[in-house]
Amino acid sequence: MTQTTAPRSFQEIILRLQTYWASKGCAILQPYDMEVGAGTFHPATTLRSLGSNAWAAAYVQPSRRPTDGRYGENPNRLQHYYQYQVLIKPSPPDLQELYLGSLEAIGVDMELHDIRFVEDDWESPTLGAWGLGWEVWCDGMEVSQFTYFQQVGGHDCHPVSGELTYGLERLAMYILGIDHVMDMPFNDPQSPQPLTYGDIFKQTEEEYARWNFDVANTEVLLRHFEEAEAECAAILAQEHMDPKTGKRIIMAHPAYDQCIKASHIFNLLDARGVISVTERQAYIGRVRTLAKQCADAFVLTEAGGHTGETAGETAA
Amino acid sequence: MADLLIELFSEEIPARMQARAGEDLKKRMTDGLVEAGLTYAGAHALTTPRRLTLAIEGLLDHSPTVREERKGPKVGAPDKAIEGFLRGAGLSRDQLEERDTPKGAVYFAIIEKPGRPAAEIIAEVLEDTIRNFPWPKSMRWGAGSLRWVRPLHSILCVLTREDGNEVVPLDIDGITSGDTTCGHRFMAPARVSVTGFEDYAAKLKRAFVLLDPKEREAAIWQDATNQAFASGLEVVDDKGLLAEVAGLVEWPVVLMGSIDAEFLDLPPEVLQTSMKEHQKFFSVKNPKTGRIEKFITVANRETADNGATILAGNQKVLSARLADAKFFWENDLRIAKSEVGMEGWLESLSNVTFHNKLGTQAARIDRIAALAREIAPVVGADADLAEQAAKVAKADLSSEMVYEFPELQGLMGRYYAQAAGLPQEVAKACQLHYSPLGPSDEVPTEPVSVAVALADKIDTLTGFWAIDEKPTGSKDPYALRRAALGVIRLVLSNNVRFTLSSTLFSLIRSTETNQRRLKCSSKERDLEAAIEVLRKREELPLAFPNKEVLVDEAASSVEFAKTKVKEAKAHLEDTPSIKEVSSCKSNHLLSFFHDRLKVFLRDQGIRHDVIDACIAMEGNDDLTLLVKRARALEAFMSSEDGENLLQGFKRANNILSQAEEKDGVEYSYGADKKFIEDAAEAALFDALAAGEGAISSAIEAEDFAAAMGGMAALRAPVDAFFEAVQVNSDNQVVRRNRLNLLSQIRKVCGQVADLSRIEG
Repeated sequence: MTQTTAPRSFQEIILRLQTYWASKGCAILQPYDMEVGAGTFHPATTLRSLGSNAWAAAYVQPSRRPTDGRYGENPNRLQHYYQYQVLIKPSPPDLQELYLGSLEAIGVDMELHDIRFVEDDWESPTLGAWGLGWEVWCDGMEVSQFTYFQQVGGHDCHPVSGELTYGLERLAMYILGIDHVMDMPFNDPQSPQPLTYGDIFKQTEEEYARWNFDVANTEVLLRHFEEAEAECAAILAQEHMDPKTGKRIIMAHPAYDQCIKASHIFNLLDARGVISVTERQAYIGRVRTLAKQCADAFVLTEAGGHTGETAGETAA
Repeated sequence: MADLLIELFSEEIPARMQARAGEDLKKRMTDGLVEAGLTYAGAHALTTPRRLTLAIEGLLDHSPTVREERKGPKVGAPDKAIEGFLRGAGLSRDQLEERDTPKGAVYFAIIEKPGRPAAEIIAEVLEDTIRNFPWPKSMRWGAGSLRWVRPLHSILCVLTREDGNEVVPLDIDGITSGDTTCGHRFMAPARVSVTGFEDYAAKLKRAFVLLDPKEREAAIWQDATNQAFASGLEVVDDKGLLAEVAGLVEWPVVLMGSIDAEFLDLPPEVLQTSMKEHQKFFSVKNPKTGRIEKFITVANRETADNGATILAGNQKVLSARLADAKFFWENDLRIAKSEVGMEGWLESLSNVTFHNKLGTQAARIDRIAALAREIAPVVGADADLAEQAAKVAKADLSSEMVYEFPELQGLMGRYYAQAAGLPQEVAKACQLHYSPLGPSDEVPTEPVSVAVALADKIDTLTGFWAIDEKPTGSKDPYALRRAALGVIRLVLSNNVRFTLSSTLFSLIRSTETNQRRLKCSSKERDLEAAIEVLRKREELPLAFPNKEVLVDEAASSVEFAKTKVKEAKAHLEDTPSIKEVSSCKSNHLLSFFHDRLKVFLRDQGIRHDVIDACIAMEGNDDLTLLVKRARALEAFMSSEDGENLLQGFKRANNILSQAEEKDGVEYSYGADKKFIEDAAEAALFDALAAGEGAISSAIEAEDFAAAMGGMAALRAPVDAFFEAVQVNSDNQVVRRNRLNLLSQIRKVCGQVADLSRIEG
């Protein structure tokens, strides 16, 4: 590996990751256009990790965790942040080496740093998913999550996907040597219009923290949750055969959008403090039921590896 | 003879699983080899984060040839029988041997199974071991179906003999065996080929891999203590952490760093826990002040800057972590010192479920506080303080620090109670009421702590007994055995005089009552209201127990209620009353205490039958009294007098029991002196009369040594009586009198213990 120069901004780190994973054959996707709690929720991960079709994708996913909002004051806690997500199916035998290559690409000098793979099994009760892997430590700091998916939406993963998740702000702060996220250069500090992370997000962190914690209308949210739940079920209850086109169209993705919605609304309700400990489990269970039903539907589609007579014979 | 080297090379194995995996590999391989006839001289397993290695020395080259003889049919037996025998043995008729036996000539088959080469057997056993390895958690990867703890990359399997070495051929789902491995992931990643264990270990060392976890541990510990010593400090011992850290590195490099001054005032336990849990750092303390001032981290590589970058990074992460801890600590302190104080935390505990059948943590704390108040006078504690302590003892469960580090529960409570200016006894109880946790954990002696500790444990036990969540076999998810042992040790080491039964009963009854109320649906509660109406109109007898009504339909009108009440009454007659159920459960719980007590005393050399003899006595729910009695009895029973008196007692008891059964009467009137004929009989009569008074007053005074003395005094007269007197006299009056005398032996001894339960 050639010696790489140190990146100078947050966006440069993102761009380098994009270039790196593109060079390793991943499709560089764009963020999903809905509010999600983590990059894993993007259908390019959840749904595409199901079924037998090969897959390789990488993308940035803006993620929202309303309870983590600190009005932009905490040096590393944000209610809106970015994750970089890579999903490759089947997981290649050299995935660890590929991952380490990506760290080098963003300026981590392997000769000077201490990289460790520390046991950390991943489980998402809302997605009915789990996998085994590690959190990756760089000099004692967790910089990524590395997981071999074993089950998603209640389905065994065959083949197994390898998932990498980078917490971009924390990783970038470390590489750039920044102590407070709001001070981090977003674009090149030498540009005519240098912008910091705070220039872009300080105000929005305040606005959302206030709304998340104190203003969001919980009655409306509760209703939206139920509506999303009902809509998801209604979509999946449709006949597979579309009466208009005469084609077999299973609407797994639109249904899954409703699952994403319900999950985010649950997070908002949680931040508003209106969900008790016992109710919490029940809500998580309801979202999981939706995720499972969407997974059940997806594996009946062509992208989900279904090769039935009506699905066409050309699944790669 | 050959030596075998196996290395299973994978992605990083969780540290906590490595040691066990090494042992499993050794056991499964050696068991399999031996079963196939390959014995060996020695074997040892070594592990690193990426490899399980097994070295076996002195392995046979071949499994031995096995010769088996089978006896067949007689010579001249029908062809069918002989053919069947040949089929079974896999031989032809000319291969059979004829031998003369006492029963005539008989066919014998000699079956030889030739030995197999070691490599063939090793390959089979290794494949079976890999495919069925007992990982606590395993996974698949890629498109395959093989399971391993993390993806398995290569298998090294080399058999070394004096004349050279060979790779044992093996292919498991595309992973083929070879004689190569690779070194440290970053410092020497190239593949190297090896000829045997010594070559392998040496080459790995050159490739920056210390194969032996014990060697890594020793290296880490030595380097860490040296660095600390050089700064006049010492490393806080932590064997568990040392083993874990040694499982995270192949080439340990110890680095010592400083903790920012702004964090040095955090409680040492907080620093230590935060550093250990999050960063796997060792704490380094100043032996003069006891303060933790530095940390030790263990990197997995050497660097050109001697670890400067690594240390700086670790220090930065630690500062962020400690900033969190400091934030929690300061927030918690602010609340503890505020006007609401720790009581404020209790409120939020009313939203936390302790157990779905036993209600919230807040409800539990209320119960414990009431009980602590009740127990306080018994243990010499101030009732108000005990109640106050019980109220705040679990308040720290709501604190931010304990939310982050659950293992600091109790200890943080103590810090916060001190900060809140609560009495010292209360602060101490916050920490100590969890004790004793294990059989060797220290037992609190401060009365307030003892009261709360007892109340906490007794509440837990009665609660789970009431809802039928008792430990079964090896399953004890709520650590109830530990809680019972805790009660026993608290009572005994503080000499607490506490009669458990009534407390157990009333607590279980109260939970039982709540359970029944909870079982009632809202409709049933409507019915209760209806009953109230009836009662006010005096249409229902007051004695009707409305709480126990179990009916399945709504009662909207008084008329309807009347019929339902009738049904409910009928139903109630079939349902055991709360009192019956509670009494049964509390008796069972008391015998659970007795079982735990037996285990505890057995370790102190008291025989189980001696304890049984004492448990059979009144007042067995006063554990201190029970143990006092048992210790005295144990001492007496190991004396000569004791042994002999026991024989005499048993003899008296046998004769008496037989006579009572035969005659259908109980001889318990007491003997009459005027029917006494023999001198020995008279002596026994006098001895018993004297003994009865002496023993009963000794028992009354709980002077068990004196009571045993009284028993010892009976030994000679009892012995002499049986020596000289025939109980079954022809004179029925004399016989009955003697039986009544024997009964007196039973009665007098029975004041001390139920000797019939003692063996021997």
